[in-house]
Amino acid sequence: MGAIEVLDLTMSYGDLRAVDGVSLEVAEGEFVGILGPNGAGKTTTLEIIEGLRKPDSGTARVLGEPVWPRNPKLLPRIGVQLQASSFFERLTAREQIRTFAALYSVPAARADEWLERVGLVDKADSRVEDLSGGQAQRLSIACALVHDPEVVFLDEPTAALDPQARRNLWDLLSGLNDSGRTVVLTTHYMDEAEVLCDRVAIMDAGRILEFDSPAALVRGLDAPARITVGPGQVALEDARSIVGVTEVNEGPDGVVLTTREPAAVVSYLAQHDQLDGVRVQTGTLEDVFLDLTGREYRA
Amino acid sequence: MNTARRGSAFIALSTAIVRGFVRDRSSVFFAVIFPLMFLVLFGGIFSDQSQSKVDLIEVGNVSLVDGLPSDARAAFERTFQVTRSDDLADAVDQVRKGDADVAIEMQGDTLVAHYTQTDQVKAAITQGALQAFVDGTNVALSGNPPKFDLQAERVEDDSLKTIQFVTPGLLGWAVAMSASFGAAATLQGWRQSKLLRRLQLAPVSTRTVVAARVAVTVAIALVQMGIFIGLGAAAFGLTLTGSWWMAIPLLVVGTLCFMALGLLAGAITKTTEGAVNAANFMVLPMAFLSGSFFPLDGSPGWLQAVSKALPLRHLNDGMLDVMVRGEGPSAALAPMAILAAFAIVVTLIAARLFTWETS
Repeated sequence: MGAIEVLDLTMSYGDLRAVDGVSLEVAEGEFVGILGPNGAGKTTTLEIIEGLRKPDSGTARVLGEPVWPRNPKLLPRIGVQLQASSFFERLTAREQIRTFAALYSVPAARADEWLERVGLVDKADSRVEDLSGGQAQRLSIACALVHDPEVVFLDEPTAALDPQARRNLWDLLSGLNDSGRTVVLTTHYMDEAEVLCDRVAIMDAGRILEFDSPAALVRGLDAPARITVGPGQVALEDARSIVGVTEVNEGPDGVVLTTREPAAVVSYLAQHDQLDGVRVQTGTLEDVFLDLTGREYRA
Repeated sequence: MNTARRGSAFIALSTAIVRGFVRDRSSVFFAVIFPLMFLVLFGGIFSDQSQSKVDLIEVGNVSLVDGLPSDARAAFERTFQVTRSDDLADAVDQVRKGDADVAIEMQGDTLVAHYTQTDQVKAAITQGALQAFVDGTNVALSGNPPKFDLQAERVEDDSLKTIQFVTPGLLGWAVAMSASFGAAATLQGWRQSKLLRRLQLAPVSTRTVVAARVAVTVAIALVQMGIFIGLGAAAFGLTLTGSWWMAIPLLVVGTLCFMALGLLAGAITKTTEGAVNAANFMVLPMAFLSGSFFPLDGSPGWLQAVSKALPLRHLNDGMLDVMVRGEGPSAALAPMAILAAFAIVVTLIAARLFTWETS
């Protein structure tokens, strides 16, 4: 049985089809990302799966239980972090997480352990209003996990953070499914999805366009690889004669070879001792998005 | 959901709300300090005024006053603070400047009083009192015993002072403010931060969340009551009458009613500031129209009618009845029923108008 089974969800706001026939299956212990630009319908989809919204049609089950109407049996088994920092006003970080712990009948000591795990012991006595964006997100994630849920939903946990704070948070996020926990997060950062997720659902205009591992998505792209060879390593004429190379260009960092057989080309370069400064670029999720929608990806 | 879990969730939520309240200086100020300022102001001003004497300057030898028998002389000095002067022009000038209220002199058999109309109440007291002393002296000189007597008896308890009337009204206003502001700000703030959504996804029932918020607001109202009565009694001589304890259930129902109004304010607005402003917009005019600041006895009939349609009027009336007018416990029942009806109707309307989305 999958951790999450979603079948044909639709949800409209007036004329706008925010969610347009979304189906999704997530196995237990998987780390899944829903990736798409703002307004793609990620948050609405996630909120339907969490049981916050009633879809116009379709069904969502989590851990085999229906999520709508509000299912008290399911609630202790799931953890959620909503898009906004949903805190009680003017409480300290410690009071905050202990309050959430009490709602789940979790002892205060376990709440304090979580504070330590997310690196907020120094900030335990600071009010939530005085935490930085990254610290607030850490606390928010800790509050979602304090009762050790089997499935956890994180809605854009790294939104509005600076790049350094985002990367710091990745360290915390990447370990979340180690103990067999299922994690679903939404993001509009390609690199984040690529680094963290076992599988990524690419979403645009209310639909899931593809749902697979980042590597498989890129592989399926059938896009040529670009191999850059350091300056002075290979002459343009010689490069054109390498078997498998379809195009040769002079780039700022050297000669750029376009090929669909990167392995063969690289081994040719190795045989000729021309590997200095070599860089291989295969497709990225951005290319996948471009391929799927015909548009450049803009978060 | 078992009872233990519900209990621990209730305590955790109540504690969180109390902490949020006491750490918010402006909430505490508007719930406690601000109304208390009015209590001190009103209690202070009116109790001073009731004792303050009329400043009288006696110019030259005023035989009428100087010749009063000792008991009449004592009565005279209870009303007037007498100073003497020989310079009429200077005395009249002092009255004109407001340093004194009246200057008197004798012109033959006529007592001439130079008074100021600046303070109309004092002017009337001055004229009435002086007239009474002139008449009394005339009667005494005639040698006949007076035919008619006046015996003045106050209907209220001897201890009744202005503080008795202002305390229940100001307390009603204070509770109305903190209950409605609290509910409005919580509903809006929690909706905006999605904390309401977050709680919806925690294994805690809506009933527990609402109960925690109501319990905290009721507790704040009772603390307000304690402070008001305590300060009123200690500093201004407030005395409660027999069934004052009925003010407690009355205040609880009143709190629910104004929380409902706060929910309505929270439901129809988009921001926390807007919600608090909307609550203020309802409560402040209501306080004026419900006699929280001054009695409405002298107001026109239509105003009385409007006032009777406002919940705060009934809260104030009920509290006056049981706290200081000495009425029995049953006097609070009708106001409680009206406030409860208001609370139910307004809550239903607020629930109707509430939407999860703020955009």
